[in-house]
Amino acid sequence: MKLSELASVIRSKNAGPFELTFDVLFSDLETYHRVVNSDCLSAQRFAYLYKISVTDVLSVVHFLPALAIKITIRRSRGSGDLGETDVYGAQQHGPLLDVDIPE
Amino acid sequence: MTEVIKVLSPTAILGYGFPDASFQVGLDRNPNVIAVDAGSTDPGPHYLGSGKSFTDRVAVKRDLMRLIDAALSRRIPLLIGSAGGAGARPHLDWCVAIIEDCLKDLNRSAKVAVISADQSAGELLAAHRSKRITPLGPVFDLTEGLIAESTHVVAQMGVEPIVRALDQGAEIVVTGRCYDPAVFAAVPIRRGFPEALALHMGKILECAAIAAVPGSGADCMLGTLTHDSFVLEPLNPERRCTVTSVAAHTLYEKSDPRYLPGPGGTLDLTQCEFEAVDARRVRVSGTQFIVDTPYRVKLEGARPIGFRTISIAGVRSPDFIGSLDAILESARESVFSHFPDVAPEEATLIFRCYGRDGVMGSLEPMRDVVPHEIGLVIEVTARSQELADTLCASARSTLLHLGYPGRQSTAGNLAFPYSPSDVSLGAVYAFSIYHLMEVDDPVTPFPIQLRVMGASA
Repeated sequence: MKLSELASVIRSKNAGPFELTFDVLFSDLETYHRVVNSDCLSAQRFAYLYKISVTDVLSVVHFLPALAIKITIRRSRGSGDLGETDVYGAQQHGPLLDVDIPE
Repeated sequence: MTEVIKVLSPTAILGYGFPDASFQVGLDRNPNVIAVDAGSTDPGPHYLGSGKSFTDRVAVKRDLMRLIDAALSRRIPLLIGSAGGAGARPHLDWCVAIIEDCLKDLNRSAKVAVISADQSAGELLAAHRSKRITPLGPVFDLTEGLIAESTHVVAQMGVEPIVRALDQGAEIVVTGRCYDPAVFAAVPIRRGFPEALALHMGKILECAAIAAVPGSGADCMLGTLTHDSFVLEPLNPERRCTVTSVAAHTLYEKSDPRYLPGPGGTLDLTQCEFEAVDARRVRVSGTQFIVDTPYRVKLEGARPIGFRTISIAGVRSPDFIGSLDAILESARESVFSHFPDVAPEEATLIFRCYGRDGVMGSLEPMRDVVPHEIGLVIEVTARSQELADTLCASARSTLLHLGYPGRQSTAGNLAFPYSPSDVSLGAVYAFSIYHLMEVDDPVTPFPIQLRVMGASA
């Protein structure tokens, strides 16, 4: 099943001008655990998906109170630097939508 | 000691507006303070670098007229954080002028404390040389050159300078760059409420009703703090706070929802509990504050990096799109060969290809999918506006008429939506400092000016 069919929120945003953070939120505990346990949003999988070095994945946090998985990466450039494509970082979530989560 | 303290947050950013009805509901609850945040680095380095506000003057005045009138009528403080968005001197002066204008229009006067956050190059150099400045996260190392080139450098103040201004009798406090929660936490902390809970409540209130469902950055929220917990309540009856909406908000724009660093310490949410009071209110407890020694503040700086000109065009020819990279490379070589005197470091030419990888750049995994049309932005950033204009015009005309193998549409390669096709965008800035600085005292770097403003002043 695609992540976009399981999550209630999939979003990206700057966390300060030098980090980009992705939030994946779920509506129920069962789905949250299913995705956490699938390991499909590990640092390695995320680095592969976005074609970045795994060392640029700064953290993967499972935050139970919000039924959320949060991934934070190093921005490829400071927000607004030459070559910027997304000053707020709000449209970098696309590749997450189609991540396949096994049963 | 008061056992309960209420903080009214009218809107997420001063200038975003709020419904009168929600605000009145908030006032009817007898808040002890009205606080509003105006700041963010989100809109990018231009605003800090140039000294311009990212909010509109008319919209800010509209909000301030209502906030000032309500606060003075009720004799409760009005606290405004990070004036003008970036919170440097020009932004602060801009906001203070609007406050004076409002007071005159309302035929009122008030004791206004103005707290600046600018850090001089001299102070920064001294701090840098004594190793009191360290990078904040994955950022470049600071150099003396970066300090010298920065047009504005601000530090984020904590609650301490605001508390000092309140001690001096300020009715309105307007600050330069400020830790977002500080204006919400200052009055509770001054009255002896727990720092951790006051700051955590401020962290949520600074976005007003964004933490509610449905969320809104332009609607009011009330925070009610006791000595062991706080309760959040949206003031528009159509919104509610749920455990999930409040917990989810702690993720927003943060790299780690469990630890939220700020001036002088870190909020630790690992023991935090969120519980529903009823269908619309959420109680939060268990937040801890880990004191950071020495006291450190966040620095933000921006420096000019050139002048920009862009031209926007569309492409629909399959043969052009099929050979896009080769064509763009050929155009680039042609442009720079026409201007052999321009050194490589004097100008940067970028072709943005919307429909392919315009949004995600190097992160785009679907770059190889061939689209049926491309939105092209030709962009030149150069040492002067004239040079940027010249090179952008050259790139635009070169690309319009460039021949390439297999070309059938020989009349022109680009579809321009506008005449004129090129737009001069002016000075371009980059973040030059995003670091932490150790300070001896949390108030000294933030000078407080107190003066009576308005009708009888």
